[in-house]
Amino acid sequence: MPQAQLFLTCLGDQFYTRTLQNMTLLLERLGVEIVFPPEQTCCGQPHFNNGFEREARQVARNFLRAFSRSEAPIVGPSGSCVSMVKHHYPELFPPGTVEHETAVEIASRVYEFTEYLVHVLKVTDVGAVYPHKVTYHASCHYLREMGLKTEAKTLLNAVRGLEFIPLTEEETCCGFGGAFTVTYPEVSRAMMENKVRTILASGADTVITCEPGCLMNIAGGLHKAGSSIRAMHIIDLLASK
Amino acid sequence: MSETPTYIGFETYTEHIPPSIPAAVQQATGRFVGGRAARVAELPHFEQLRQIASDIRLHTIENLDFYLERLAEQVTAAGGHVHWAATAEDARQIVLDLARRHNVHLVVKSKSMATEEIALNHALEAAGIEALETDLGEYIIQLAGTGPSHIIVPAVHLTKEEIAAIFSEKLGIEAPADPVELTRIARQVLREKFLRAEMGISGANFLVAETGTLVMVTNEGNGRMCTTLPDLHVAVVGIDKVIPDWDSLTVFLKLLARSATGQKLSTYTQFITGPRRAESEFGPREFHLVLLDNGRSNVLRDPLGRQVFKCIRCGACANVCPVYKNVGGFAYGWFISGPIGAIFAPQMLGTPVARELPYASTLCGACAEVCPVKIPIPAILRHLRRRVAEGDSLAPATMPAPIRAVAKLSAFALAQHWIYRLGARILPLVMSIFRRGDWIPSAPYPLSRWTKARPLPPFTAGFRQWWQKRKTGL
Ligand code: SF4
Repeated sequence: MPQAQLFLTCLGDQFYTRTLQNMTLLLERLGVEIVFPPEQTCCGQPHFNNGFEREARQVARNFLRAFSRSEAPIVGPSGSCVSMVKHHYPELFPPGTVEHETAVEIASRVYEFTEYLVHVLKVTDVGAVYPHKVTYHASCHYLREMGLKTEAKTLLNAVRGLEFIPLTEEETCCGFGGAFTVTYPEVSRAMMENKVRTILASGADTVITCEPGCLMNIAGGLHKAGSSIRAMHIIDLLASK
Repeated sequence: MSETPTYIGFETYTEHIPPSIPAAVQQATGRFVGGRAARVAELPHFEQLRQIASDIRLHTIENLDFYLERLAEQVTAAGGHVHWAATAEDARQIVLDLARRHNVHLVVKSKSMATEEIALNHALEAAGIEALETDLGEYIIQLAGTGPSHIIVPAVHLTKEEIAAIFSEKLGIEAPADPVELTRIARQVLREKFLRAEMGISGANFLVAETGTLVMVTNEGNGRMCTTLPDLHVAVVGIDKVIPDWDSLTVFLKLLARSATGQKLSTYTQFITGPRRAESEFGPREFHLVLLDNGRSNVLRDPLGRQVFKCIRCGACANVCPVYKNVGGFAYGWFISGPIGAIFAPQMLGTPVARELPYASTLCGACAEVCPVKIPIPAILRHLRRRVAEGDSLAPATMPAPIRAVAKLSAFALAQHWIYRLGARILPLVMSIFRRGDWIPSAPYPLSRWTKARPLPPFTAGFRQWWQKRKTGL
């Protein structure tokens, strides 16, 4: 039986209990044994992205400790956090050190959730049913850093009853950007409102993203706009029966 | 054009952006993005071309001394004069001296970012010399009294109604809001000046070291007039514009217009090697090339940061940048805007002046995806953020102390999992005070900056308990 270590991500941990439960149940249903390292906190991306490399290293050390106890692949519901571990952890520690080796080793077995389904488990149909009009926002790091261009759509495509509606400017950033939302709130707002406008115009009743950060931003924006369109993490849609 | 800024307040600017700016910018850039995509799709080797272009630029930057020397030799051999300007002030002095020596009263200029960089128009005016921009966009912003808001479309932020109003006010005529008519008016004014000007000033898109040739890529034809009609042609060009040879030029010419406007080639591609030949009766009698350093040598010491000089100024990064499209070019505070501006100004002016710019990005990566010379803009943004937050060998930290303290404290808490877990228990309780139904409509500072624009989902942090219960219950 394959094992996977659950990487909650701090936003998931704080805000998306249901999504994490669904992720656990879905993977178990697909025959994966879930390992949960409770010492995990955050991947350190907020510090890394804002120039605090020393601090990012501190946080990363905790992550490396937490996930080194098992040799199982690490799976997280965020392309952005997974990219941090996969692409930036090895940069954080000088080559030749034990920490660098650990970082490289951990980086080699961390997967974003849809990536894990499609490329490791080789599953594209999870048996979900969702008879709705669904559109999709391609999150930036998921798309460009992880290079996941087709995975989410492949999974959505197999969902019974789902009518897929392409989103205008699908690949344009929604304005989340982590600390960016509080550093330059007005710019973040303008970007979010553009994204919400395209979603409202799409005619869909559900918008999907693979990123907790974008989800918070877009769901909040839709609520503020008085819209009843549901913003969901792809995991929650795939868990629908 | 305004003088060199002493502090660029990106946030302050973005708090009050006239809504007409993003509207105009989004319309124009949308057209370019579409055009670029079509051209890229036609060219099967586009990705290879980008890689070659990137390699050539990197090689040139890493051997800049060699190519600059070669260039200077060739320009001189072709009968031109080369001037080295270490600073903006030096460059202005060189141009002013030339103007004085030739008794110049009127200068016609074609579009040049380097002269924006050194604020040359102000210096000329102060010396009593009339300097007229002849690129239509540049002419408009000169009348409006502002700098450019886009690398290749300086007046992109203005609507045709606004341009008509500027023409009417400054030229004392009734100008209609019709692009064709506005162009005709500008042409009329400019024609007459071209014939009278004693000096033409240009920039360059490329300097070919092999033959000392200045290459200009334009769409309006005004550049040709500026560089051929007056007796004196002065080109002010950053030292980063040199390329090795004509073979490399073909690569850049394939990429530039396609990336910039979605054209296969711009309307005019001009090659200028020295002044008029002895046997010829056309062209300027003297050709002067002012090579501008203005801090570039200093930036070149940084192996990652110096990749900023690979830039061929196509503007593609701005056209796809969601931040740029919502704030416009003036938010970047200097003559180069958009993602490239966000990595240019902090290096050229220093992080004390431009420390806000590296943060003016969500690191979405759209810029790096289109950049024809593959500048790793997000990586350089992070690199410069590090310079701001922690300081490095080129500059000390400039991040305000309270933010540094927050970063340190939060990292400490996140690195000890028991503190984090304790926090994850307390936070939902504290935040429940602010919860209204399924949302937190307004949260205390600093999250208030989030809830200004949209509500926050409630802190649930319930997974760990669920997992624990399930494990023990199983
Ligand atoms: S950074 Fe790249 S995309 Fe942006 S203007 Fe320069 S060459 Fe063009």
